[in-house]
Amino acid sequence: MSETLLKVEGVETYYGNIRALGGVDVEVKKGEIVSLIGANGAGKSTLMMTICGAPQARSGSIIFDGTDITRMPTHLIARMRIAQSPEGRRIFGRMTVLENLQMGAGLDNLKYFKEDVERIFEMFPRLKERQSQRGGTLSGGEQQMLSIGRALMARPKLLLLDEPSLGLAPLIVKGIFEAIKKLNQEEGLTVFLVEQNAFAALKLSDRAYVMVNGKVTMTGSGRELLANPEVRAAYLEGGHH
Amino acid sequence: MDYFIQQLVNGLTLGSIYGLIAIGYTMVYGIIGMINFAHGDIFMLGGFAALIVFLLLATYIAGIPVALAILIMMVVAMLMTSLWNWSIERIAYRPLRGSFRLAPLITAIGMSITLSNFIQVSQGPRNKPIPPMITEVYHIGNITVQLKQIVIIIVTAVLLSIFWYIVHKTPLGRAQRATEQDRKMAALLGVDVDRTISVTFVMGAALASVAGTMYLMYYGVVAFNDGFIPGVKAFTAAVLGGIGSLPGAVLGGLLIGLIEALWSAYFTIDYKDVATFGLLAFVLIFKPTGILGRPEVEKV
Repeated sequence: MSETLLKVEGVETYYGNIRALGGVDVEVKKGEIVSLIGANGAGKSTLMMTICGAPQARSGSIIFDGTDITRMPTHLIARMRIAQSPEGRRIFGRMTVLENLQMGAGLDNLKYFKEDVERIFEMFPRLKERQSQRGGTLSGGEQQMLSIGRALMARPKLLLLDEPSLGLAPLIVKGIFEAIKKLNQEEGLTVFLVEQNAFAALKLSDRAYVMVNGKVTMTGSGRELLANPEVRAAYLEGGHH
Repeated sequence: MDYFIQQLVNGLTLGSIYGLIAIGYTMVYGIIGMINFAHGDIFMLGGFAALIVFLLLATYIAGIPVALAILIMMVVAMLMTSLWNWSIERIAYRPLRGSFRLAPLITAIGMSITLSNFIQVSQGPRNKPIPPMITEVYHIGNITVQLKQIVIIIVTAVLLSIFWYIVHKTPLGRAQRATEQDRKMAALLGVDVDRTISVTFVMGAALASVAGTMYLMYYGVVAFNDGFIPGVKAFTAAVLGGIGSLPGAVLGGLLIGLIEALWSAYFTIDYKDVATFGLLAFVLIFKPTGILGRPEVEKV
């Protein structure tokens, strides 16, 4: 058993008076790819953002790498090397692609920028072609690549990906998932991802959690959940893969 | 023609001062979406800080070279007003972040009144004159150019270049632009958003205090209520150029300066403020985003 990197215990998050997360327990171990699947509005993105302290959990605890980060401000959590490619990508539209990547590398003051940016360009050659273009002018797929690339520039210990496949052509999705797998295998990068494309996510993941109405209802290895009839009925069948 | 060029020089000088102040309005608006109504008073404080430094220098170091004196005045004014504006943000604006939109606007007006009254009480209500510091005048044909006008335009150009460099080429500037565009995402990337906002107030104050120093040197006088009219005009400049846009603030400042100078020259000087604010109304009606502004995208 490898070490626990992220431990979320009994986390409750509210938007005003509305409870978005109702006591969530999730664990991610070093070197794993863990996915979180569930319907729209189940609270998947809320969990991703709660891990980063935006918004903060009202109760429960989030332990990262032995440190309690539940009440830590967002920028300090980022400095613990949790990088997120958030819902909606959140590219800085009036900055160039290169500047967006520089923002990602801000934690180290661009110390490793040159070598890291080369790696990102290798992974996503489209970004290299577009490097001096403004983020807002990129296509959805390119923005997704940029969002992931920007997160990777932080040299994260934990990479949070919120719907990396959303709205993208299947071929691009495949490319992105392959890139994630490669980073995981070759560099031991720990990945926690939210996906609507449950089939692809489960195939990619070591383990997965299923979320319904702000609660984790099921967990198991990717393979187990792929074979589970309930999961198949709710998230896999009828979908196109 | 000579008369026109003469007014152009005067207008550019005035416009430089407005431009320096306008940047503070537009930056703060860009980053937290509020109008810092106390900014004009920060400009006035800069003038007073420079005045006090001038008096100290004149009393204790009589033979000091003028250029050095102005430099010291500027630097001290920058430091003092930066501290003031930093404190104002910390005390009056930050606790209200996330509150309803009018709240910081109301405290800003409160801070403005507080600052001008503070100066009125502590420094007295009268105009504070200083003897002319730079008296050299050049004649080119029929045009008279005062050395102090050249100084103002050059200092403004240099400061704006440094400022432009900081905003566009340094990690700090990148963090500021990122915070402006998406505060939450900036935090997710490790940017200390609160600190970045503080730095923005400090930078705005530094530029305004230089404007205050230049104003004191140019007109030779400063008073506790001098923050109001130049402040409102600089705000007009920021709106005219397109609030949130840095080049827009400079352009707006220069335009307001030129309009004032030219209006005073060819029409009646009593109506120069009417001309300026009339133009503001005109812009707000026909191009609400200003000359270089981008249309406001409603954030969800």
